[in-house]
Amino acid sequence: MSVKQISVFLENKSGRLAEVTKALGKGGINLRAITIADTADFGILRLIVNDPDGALKILEKEGFTAKETDVLAVEVEDKPGGLAKVMEIFEKNRVNIEYLYATLEKNRDNAVVIFKVEDIAHGQKIIEENNLPVVSGFNF
Amino acid sequence: MPGNFKNCIFLRGKAMIWNPEAEANCLYELRKRQAESLVRQVRNVYAHVPFYKKKMDNAGVKPEDIQSLEDIAKLPFTTKHELRDTYPYGLLAVPESHIVEVHTSSGTTGTPVVDAYTRGDIEIWAEVMARTLAMAGAGSGDVIQNAYGYGLFTGGLGVHYGARKLGANVIPISAGNTKRQLMVMKDFGTTILTCTPSYSLFLAEAADEEGIDFRKLKLKAGCLGAEPWSENMRREIEDELNIHAYDIYGLTEIIGPGVSSECEEKNGLHINEDHFYPEIIDPQSGEVLPEGEKGELVFTTLTKEGTPVIRFRTRDITYLFRDKCSCGRTVIKMHRLLGRTDDMLIIRGVNVFPSQIEQVLMRIEETEPHYQIIVDRGKTHLDEIEVLVEVEESFFSDETRALERIREKISEEIKSELGISAHIKLVEPHTIERSMGKAKRVIDKRQI
Repeated sequence: MSVKQISVFLENKSGRLAEVTKALGKGGINLRAITIADTADFGILRLIVNDPDGALKILEKEGFTAKETDVLAVEVEDKPGGLAKVMEIFEKNRVNIEYLYATLEKNRDNAVVIFKVEDIAHGQKIIEENNLPVVSGFNF
Repeated sequence: MPGNFKNCIFLRGKAMIWNPEAEANCLYELRKRQAESLVRQVRNVYAHVPFYKKKMDNAGVKPEDIQSLEDIAKLPFTTKHELRDTYPYGLLAVPESHIVEVHTSSGTTGTPVVDAYTRGDIEIWAEVMARTLAMAGAGSGDVIQNAYGYGLFTGGLGVHYGARKLGANVIPISAGNTKRQLMVMKDFGTTILTCTPSYSLFLAEAADEEGIDFRKLKLKAGCLGAEPWSENMRREIEDELNIHAYDIYGLTEIIGPGVSSECEEKNGLHINEDHFYPEIIDPQSGEVLPEGEKGELVFTTLTKEGTPVIRFRTRDITYLFRDKCSCGRTVIKMHRLLGRTDDMLIIRGVNVFPSQIEQVLMRIEETEPHYQIIVDRGKTHLDEIEVLVEVEESFFSDETRALERIREKISEEIKSELGISAHIKLVEPHTIERSMGKAKRVIDKRQI
């Protein structure tokens, strides 16, 4: 029920992001979510794509340092208080969140939010117990 | 007849000693020969090289004053700067027509230094290189892939002459063209690789991408030199290429490769001291230091005819020692280079060698030694040091916190090892220049 996220190491210098997206675009990779975590010196680009293994191959060939990480893609009601409901469940059950970000996806009327949690097995268990809808792939 | 096969010593399970008469002589006999050669050489340069006559006259030394090895301390030093000033033929001790081959240093830091060889010099070069290759276990039947550059650079032809004298099969592939290197290594069953240590790692990286497994190749040893490297880098090379990696040392000013090299002990480099007389001096005072003390390495070419050098200051830092080496050789050893008098950085008054920083990086297991040190003076006019480290897949994380932790760890280790604070900057892979030749590890932007 987890999905694969691609992370890419980027130095903070101009043009790098353009090169990553250009390479992925050429390879026919479709981006479903994108976010950057940055420090003064470097950034980590995180991507959800339709073909994670293909994307990783392209990035490695282009000489980037990249890796796959398992993250959770949870459906959240697209209305005020939708995310709060999920967060409350996570908080109550001690699911520690490292980071989260939204995707371009919409399943029925729900938004899809990506969670990187400290203990993914525990996170999955809580999601199941609370019948939270999840997305397990972005294969389009 | 030194160098003849029938005189070679084979010890049980050991590499052969190419010329036992020279390499495993008794000390008394060796020193007697060295003294005779020195006396002859000093007379020769005084008579035939105006440059040395003038230097000796200025220092008030006559050739007759040199009667023993100890007397060498009376002679003035020769510097790289002076060798450049005599470009191209100012140091010739023979008529120009006796020269059969010329090599020069790369000249990246100024006018190149010229090494002009007579027929006899080429013979000496082949001899000392045959000893070097034999030390790494090479002999007749071995396939030596010589990936040192052929041309004015001494590496290529030096190995070539030695391999030919040894009777091995030498593949003169020269430097570069990595794909072809790997193909040749596979198809011709290369057993010995000769190149720079950084190029050997470069080859390993490329082999990995090509899906070539070194464990399935016949490669058994590497004679690696022409740039400084560390014990940690040796371990990495031996592991990745599945070989014994031997340090070899030489310099254009003396003859090229063949000055000294490691045997299977890998504990110090045996110096071919019957041809190249070593001394260690205090780089400041010029005083000769006893065995075991660290200082600047100085060489005198005892037998060279074309362009002999007297007490050449190498700017390399090491120490000399004579132990009972298990390989059976008795010649003096030099510890692998500890640094250079000229690439030693003085950061806020602390002496720092780039190799120390490399060792720290290697110790923090996650990092491969792809690094660069940048020294600058900041707004405060104090020295600031920045170390660029390439982010490898092995320690990359999707979390900034994890990467920050690696950065702090490197910084702390450098602080505790060297006593200086360094800013660590993580950079993308392949952004630091990989060299086919010498690695540029330090960029000093200070204007002093």
